[in-house]
Amino acid sequence: MRSPRQRSEPTEHGGYRRDPEGTHPPLDSPSYRSTVLRHPKQPLILLPHRMTELTGPVFGEDRIGPVDHDLTRQHAAEPQGQRIIVHGRLLDGNGKPVPHSLVEIWQANAGGRYRHTGDRWPSPLDPNFDGVGRTLTDARGNYEFITIKPGAYPWGNHDNAWRPAHIHFSLFGTAFPQRLVTQMYFPDDPLFAQDPIFNSVPDPAARQRMVSEFDLARTVDHWALAFRFDIVLRGSAATPFEDEEHEA
Amino acid sequence: MTELGSTPAQTVGPYLAIGLPWPDGPYATVEDAEHAVWIRGIVYDGAGVPVPDALVETWQADQYGRFASPADSNEVATGFRGFGRCPTDLEGLYGIRTVRPGPVREPDGVEQAPHIDVAVFARGLLHQVVTRIYFPENERANAADPVLTRVPMERRDTLIARIGPDGYRFDVRLQGAGETVFFDV
Ligand SMILES: [Fe+3]
Repeated sequence: MRSPRQRSEPTEHGGYRRDPEGTHPPLDSPSYRSTVLRHPKQPLILLPHRMTELTGPVFGEDRIGPVDHDLTRQHAAEPQGQRIIVHGRLLDGNGKPVPHSLVEIWQANAGGRYRHTGDRWPSPLDPNFDGVGRTLTDARGNYEFITIKPGAYPWGNHDNAWRPAHIHFSLFGTAFPQRLVTQMYFPDDPLFAQDPIFNSVPDPAARQRMVSEFDLARTVDHWALAFRFDIVLRGSAATPFEDEEHEA
Repeated sequence: MTELGSTPAQTVGPYLAIGLPWPDGPYATVEDAEHAVWIRGIVYDGAGVPVPDALVETWQADQYGRFASPADSNEVATGFRGFGRCPTDLEGLYGIRTVRPGPVREPDGVEQAPHIDVAVFARGLLHQVVTRIYFPENERANAADPVLTRVPMERRDTLIARIGPDGYRFDVRLQGAGETVFFDV
């Protein structure tokens, strides 16, 4: 999708570093059938980062309800399933935490069913689970959700296709080029090998960055398992450049 | 300085509608803001079929070219958020309530023509696609815009909104005839 000619242009001072080839899935990924009619065929045109790209929306506490981070407490009773803590840090590519930044998630219930009219997979809806969460990272870029482990679900992309269990994540960072929607997966899922969405990421090391880690230290006895998922948004090219100047 | 690799993008999938829309999402500015308009459009796939499971997000300056972001030290117009988010409906239609942005003066003196950055997410899009909306009233500024001038002349009109009954019309064609220009952001 992104031709080498365009990529070789220098990153302008003050912009965000462009990710190495293979970090993100190519828009044309035929094994994920829905991409066939939805990927642009013309080459992308390089957008230098100016004011519109060096800025981005900021959201505050007013967007977050008191139990938005706890998907097990949004109804009168608790949902079915394995209770889990999902937590981690939101960082930029320079290793700097992204504080007070909106994190949105949505997911299927323990049986792999979404609360969405389009989801016809015959696994029961859970009256106590919406599968939607929201929080802000704290001053050090940490976030935490309490939820249940989502189930795998069939999706008809190919013969006997099943999506590995995953949680959809949406992140903003502080600037338009940092905007990211991704999916968090669980360690050692036997369904990875047959999933064209997971495998659409060409670089195996990048692919691994979508897989959470089991976090024994954060489990809570007789209550919840824990998974750690750190998320990295693109780093500003300006910061290291300025650091070098100061160090020189 | 440690450089960390970015987390890869993945599709929003078919059920984005449970997680991403907000009741006030389409309002990049308050409903009754002076000069507020609707920008509406349909997202089409490569077969010319409307896409009912997409989400359009917009980011822009206010009518004076100022951003509602800590990175811009200027105050924005009252009630102006600058960010809009709207899922497409069954007919593929989205709508954003906003104001036509002013020209954006850059620190290096370059002036950008009034424009809106747009990101489109959908099932079947493994990574958001990014485009820009420009306005037909700004012919002169458009001809000098540092981004628009990178776009081959014959494709520039895919980035220019049309004037509609209560604002503007901006359709997105993901693929094929009249394919919208998308940017590597
Ligand atoms: Fe999903």
